Amino acid sequence: MTEQSTIKGLLLLLVKGNRWYYLWLASLVLLILTGACAYRVQFDRGLIVTNMRDQVSWGLYIANFTYLVGVAAAAVLLVIPAYLYNWKPIKEIVLLGELLAVAAIVMCITFVMIDLGRPDRFWHLLPKIGRLNWPQSMLAWDVVVLNLYLLLNLLISWYVLSNLYRGTAPNKTLFWLLICLSIPGAVAIHAVTSYLYGGLPARPFWNASIMAPRFLASAFCSGPSLIILIFQVIRKFSPLKVADEALFKLAEMVGWSMFVNLFLLGAEVFKEFYSNTWHVSHIQYLFFGLHGKTQLVPFTWTAIAFNVTSLCILIYPRTRKNLFTLNGACVMMLIGVWIEKGLGLVNPGFTPTPLGEIYEYLPNLREITISIGVLAFGLLVYTVLLAIAIPIQTGDFRARTDPP
Amino acid sequence: MKNDSAKSVELDRNDSVTRRDFLKKSLVGAGLLTLPGLLPGCTWEEFSQKHFSELAPAELEQVLRRLKDQYRRCYGREFQLSATGPLPETAFAYALDLSKCIGCRRCVYACAEENNLSRSDPQIHWIKVLRFPNGSMNPEDAERYYAPDKVPEEGYYYMPVQCQQCANPPCVKACPVQATWKEPDGMVVVDYNWCIGCRYCMAACPYDARHFNWAAPTLPINEINTHTHYLGNRPQEKNVVGKCTFCIQRVREGRYPACVEACPVGARKFGNLLDQDSEIRYILEHKRVFRFKEELNTQPNFYYYFS
Repeated sequence: MTEQSTIKGLLLLLVKGNRWYYLWLASLVLLILTGACAYRVQFDRGLIVTNMRDQVSWGLYIANFTYLVGVAAAAVLLVIPAYLYNWKPIKEIVLLGELLAVAAIVMCITFVMIDLGRPDRFWHLLPKIGRLNWPQSMLAWDVVVLNLYLLLNLLISWYVLSNLYRGTAPNKTLFWLLICLSIPGAVAIHAVTSYLYGGLPARPFWNASIMAPRFLASAFCSGPSLIILIFQVIRKFSPLKVADEALFKLAEMVGWSMFVNLFLLGAEVFKEFYSNTWHVSHIQYLFFGLHGKTQLVPFTWTAIAFNVTSLCILIYPRTRKNLFTLNGACVMMLIGVWIEKGLGLVNPGFTPTPLGEIYEYLPNLREITISIGVLAFGLLVYTVLLAIAIPIQTGDFRARTDPP
Repeated sequence: MKNDSAKSVELDRNDSVTRRDFLKKSLVGAGLLTLPGLLPGCTWEEFSQKHFSELAPAELEQVLRRLKDQYRRCYGREFQLSATGPLPETAFAYALDLSKCIGCRRCVYACAEENNLSRSDPQIHWIKVLRFPNGSMNPEDAERYYAPDKVPEEGYYYMPVQCQQCANPPCVKACPVQATWKEPDGMVVVDYNWCIGCRYCMAACPYDARHFNWAAPTLPINEINTHTHYLGNRPQEKNVVGKCTFCIQRVREGRYPACVEACPVGARKFGNLLDQDSEIRYILEHKRVFRFKEELNTQPNFYYYFS
């Protein structure tokens, strides 16, 4: 098959689909456009149109960014059993996990871009061309590792897919090199994102060495739970088979991650409340409210309840292996970890401020609309990637070998 | 606009073209194609402006001219805009006498006027005065929005907080693009035309001393201070960070910061640490001074003392 017909074939893959596929695409595009319109107003008038202020200078956008970094790292939980242990049920679906990582990083980068006051100056971040403050600034590190991880996942998926497409065997050394880089890569995007917060002595709530392990533990909860849910949708709407066994194995790992996550939370809660220094106020604000300001409290306890319940469901084999309870646990975990790593991390870090002020931040409708637009954009990216990857993986889209 | 870009290309031609310049030009060129639709009012010159420290004298001249034109168009006033560099043999420091401060907040408003800070929506103040109950130094016990009929009030003391011009500034470390840095005379400054508005420096500052311009500043035309400095009090840009610079536009001309002049009780002292005979040296040598949040090792050039 010539290059040209491959491209034509790929384009055909994208437009091929039933009514539901088109409806799905159309609704995503609609959400993206709505978000873009809301963003346009923010761009013209400034970030004043959000609910962020000097006291709480990061909000929903950075919360979503932090959460999605976790989702992106989840692919590694598939990569390890699939490639290192050569476990077949997961090996069949690992690619979809890597593509999800790609979509998640794209969302992360978009969230950072819309949070920037001057996105037109993004080129200042480019090494050599601008003035990337590396290795001093943790944000500079984050820019570097996120982009490398994105590149790595794109490379791996592209390499696997093009080999499947041509029916050739991948070069083992190269492939292993990529895989061996992607595992520390997933850890790195987490560690660095947590250092972004943990490196700030001005914010005692964040300035804790437990941040990096907690980020990893919660990432291995939220990402794979999303994968468990999405893969059931995929096997329903596409010819691709996803074995129950693979889902249950993932669920088991998620369960243990949540156990570790809750243990680390406990360690942190103990340290803050038992030592009871001035710094306790942030965690007090998170769990019980401070000086009558209790906006976050219902969120926090919802997250705790959801996380504990899903832990129970996933640890107990019978409920783990029941798709109904399993899905319930996954949904709860998604919400629970979103609160924990999103508003529950960003807000209390800023509240009270270093000068003792309490400004209660909750995102406004515009911030929510823009965020939904970004999420829709990520889903669109994932859909497009799947529309290409699934037919290649099922063998429906292959390079035609000309008869000799 | 066509003419402007032609001019800038010509100016640059005198310098040797480095790889970096080439990359920058191509990137900027690519950006230019997409930008005009996206950014109303943003010009090629503004978009492609180099970091302050990389501007050749002729380029700096051009930047200052461009900004003055912009302010004239925007406010109908003629601005003086300097970029005076650090003075030799100078290390500025500040001292504040807590036993004298009466919490009147005249410094706050003098600062807002001197530095062309947005007056409302949002109202931006680079100085905050905290009211502490006697016996406490925990910021959580402090009140910023106190409104008594008369100051000082019984049972309280007042502690104004502004940028501490740290010798070990966390904000400088945090900035991903080196848009903020420490000048040799001790001032932490921001290149408002290089800041990308990520607000990481704000998260890093333990003194709440960095402020984001959430919108274009609201400035009554007749209250504008047209005596400005590139790194100081020129009208702030929307969506970038600004901060106290000890009034760089004044102190580099040998004057006092506006807050020092405004203080009715003489609680604020300012001077050159390297000058043996300065008042600030006298205070450091003879008073019991302390630095705010010393445990964070930010090493402020801002000293508090009780006389």
